[in-house]
Order: sequence, then structure tokens, then C-alpha cells
Amino acid sequence: MKSSMKCCPFFMTAVKIKVKETSMINTLEISNLAKDYGDFRLEDVSFNLPQGYIMGLIGPNGAGKTTIIKIIMNLVMKQQGQVKLFGKDHQEYEVAVKKRIGFVYDTPNYYQHLNLRQLKNVVAPFYENWDEAVFNGLVNHFNLPLKKTLKKFSKGMAMKASIAIAMSHHADFLIMDEPTSGLDPVIRREVLDFFREFMQHEDKSILFSSHITTDIEQVADYITYVQDGRVIFSKTKDEVFEDYALVKGGNDLLDEDTKSALLGVRSGAYGFEGLTHNVKGARAVFGDSAIYDPASLEDIMFFTGMKTRKVL
Amino acid sequence: MKIIISNASSEPIYEQIGRQIKAQIISGELKEGDGLPSIRKLAKELHISVITTKRAYEELEKEGFIDTVGGKGTFVAIQNKELLREKRMKSVEDMMADTVTEAKKLDISYEELNEMLSILYDSSED
Repeated sequence: MKSSMKCCPFFMTAVKIKVKETSMINTLEISNLAKDYGDFRLEDVSFNLPQGYIMGLIGPNGAGKTTIIKIIMNLVMKQQGQVKLFGKDHQEYEVAVKKRIGFVYDTPNYYQHLNLRQLKNVVAPFYENWDEAVFNGLVNHFNLPLKKTLKKFSKGMAMKASIAIAMSHHADFLIMDEPTSGLDPVIRREVLDFFREFMQHEDKSILFSSHITTDIEQVADYITYVQDGRVIFSKTKDEVFEDYALVKGGNDLLDEDTKSALLGVRSGAYGFEGLTHNVKGARAVFGDSAIYDPASLEDIMFFTGMKTRKVL
Repeated sequence: MKIIISNASSEPIYEQIGRQIKAQIISGELKEGDGLPSIRKLAKELHISVITTKRAYEELEKEGFIDTVGGKGTFVAIQNKELLREKRMKSVEDMMADTVTEAKKLDISYEELNEMLSILYDSSED
């Protein structure tokens, strides 16, 4: 089967983590997506999410995360590019693919006067796969009241209710915009644990956006980092943390040459701290006199955003 | 089976998993034919990526410690005692190689190193 595969050695060394998959199916394929709002542009956005994995979409506020999600859901029209869900075009097969998607939107404002049971009665008829037992199970699991009006729900309860509604038609792909923002740490963990439980089935996938980087560090298999409407990287979490590092050292190590090995650098009175996306390369430049610490997603966001921020 | 992951360690998580499972196979805590949790179960329990557990299992499989039987799960491989000893010898060799590299960096002579080794060897309990 593999005998016809040609591969140059250079490429082979570039791929550090090879995931053996008997059949790598992509739940989501996005290629060359573009959308121009005048003051904001999505440009050349491309990434894939293989089936069976969780992808976290990170980026600063206004980076384009929500726009990307809305385009996937065809709530915003793209101007260029292609979106495929389960291998099918998201517009041409919109009805069919949406049946398999559980969509959790920021905060549902409609139907605030209803209680959860009434909301369920409104939503359920839209899905032929609606499963009352799954819904009741989730309501129990999340400890949600059925008779309290939604406007009296706390933010955490509202999010859990949205998830319960989104999950009760046996969705294969869960898409969520900022599902954990505004939730307290206990409820955040509960929601993340629910993601982990959902992923016990290898035919499921999750895409969620967040600017809470630790949530993504905790559960994501793939990380797509968006900034100013562009994809900075989209790769496995392991690759991200193997490639990126914080370089720290004395200011004597910094000059125009060595600085170019860093994506962003912050220099203080007693030394500097900078980000590299190639630890080996940085080691060759700075040697053993610098310290190489693991970079968090927050570090990555902070330093890669430096170029576009004016001050600092 | 016991696996403790440190997020503060510089050792990659897949290596931490691999090392701990290997140690438990070598010590006999995990016996031939014992079932290991599925890749997804382990990822969920350890709060790590499926890709990480998959990589850990793949490395263990490559080294012959575990076998994955399609549709049935992952099991501790039937171990050849000689092979096990050889593997442990290899890991001693690797550690010694690291020691030698470090010693050379510090200009420690072979004689000095040898002396250090013999003192350590004699003072060690077992």
C-alpha cells in the first residue's frame, strides 16, 4: 500500500511526530479561506482537523476565531476558499452536515423566558436524531434545573445547558465558540472533563475557540493559532511544545544577529527573555550560557504578538 | 499500573509514560499478557493528548514491550528474559555514555572517573 509513496529525506526529518492512523479522515478541512470586512481581513486560512481529535483555536481578541467558526457554520459567507465537513462542502451539503454537528454558540440570548424543558421542546423537533435519554442524562450529569427560567441561569448553567442541547442529537462534531470563557474554574474543569469523556469515541471530534490558553493546553490534541486574520500555526500540541521555547540570558548575548533568531524579545536591566520556534536553532545561536525554558501558549501568544503591538 | 506525569519535567510526557510502563514491565509489576488501558482511556485519565499516549504506545511497541492486537487492545508482550536483560544493559550503557560526555566537559580524566565509579560501586547497597 505504501510502496508507491515517495518522500524526500528532507521532508522526513521535518516531520517529528508521525501519528500512525489506519485511516486518517478529516472531520474538518479548511483551505485558503478569505473574508474581507474592510477594517479586518481573514486571509489564506487553511487547516485540517482529523477525526478523533480535539482542536483548540487560539488567538487574541479580534484575531478572527469567531469569524472562522461562523464561516464553518455558514452563518457568515466566505469570499474565497473551501470548507469541508466530513469530506463534504459545507454549503452544498449544509443540511446533511449540520445534522452531525453540535454547535455551541457564545451565549444563547433567545428564549430567555423559557425553562430548559420548554427550550428542549422547541429545539428537539429540528433533529431527527434527537435522543431524549441522552438529553436527560446530560441534564442529570450537569445538575441542571428543568423548571427554572433560562434568564435566571448562571453563566455556567447556561453554558452547560447549551452543551446539553447541542449534544442530544448524537453529534459527531462539536463546534464551540469560547465555551469556557466566563466560567469559574470548577465548572471549566467539569466542561473539559466532559470533552474528554466525549472523545472516548474515536469517531468524534471537537473544535473550540478560547483565549483561555490553559484550557487548550489541557485538552487539545491540535492547536491552531490565529492572529490578525491569519493562521500562525496549526499543529499537534506536542509539536508546539517541542518547537517553541523561552530563551533567557544576559543582555551581552543579544545583538542584531542573535535577535533575529527570536520571534519576540523583552529585554530588562538584568537580562532578556525571548521566544523561539526552533529550540535547536536557538541553542546553536545562544549556546549553553542561555536558559531554555518550556514556553506556555500564553508566552507564545505574548511574544508572537509583539511585532504587531506598537508599544514595548 | 501506576503512571505519574510531571508537567514541570523537561522529559517529554510520552517518554515519561514509556519509561514508567517499561519499569513496571521489567520489575514484573506488569506481567506478560496483562492488558493496558486503551489510548483514549489513558489520555482521559492522565489529562493529556491522545496523540501523546499514542506516541508512547508506539515507542513501547517498537521496542517490543507491548503488542497491540487489532480490535482487542494493547497487552504486555511476551518477554524474552535475555532480551530484557539486554535492554537494561543498554540503558546502563546509555547512562554511562551521558556520564562520560559530562565528565569530558569537565576535563575529568579516565582514571578519576574510574575511581569515582569504583567508590560508588562499592558503597552502593545492592
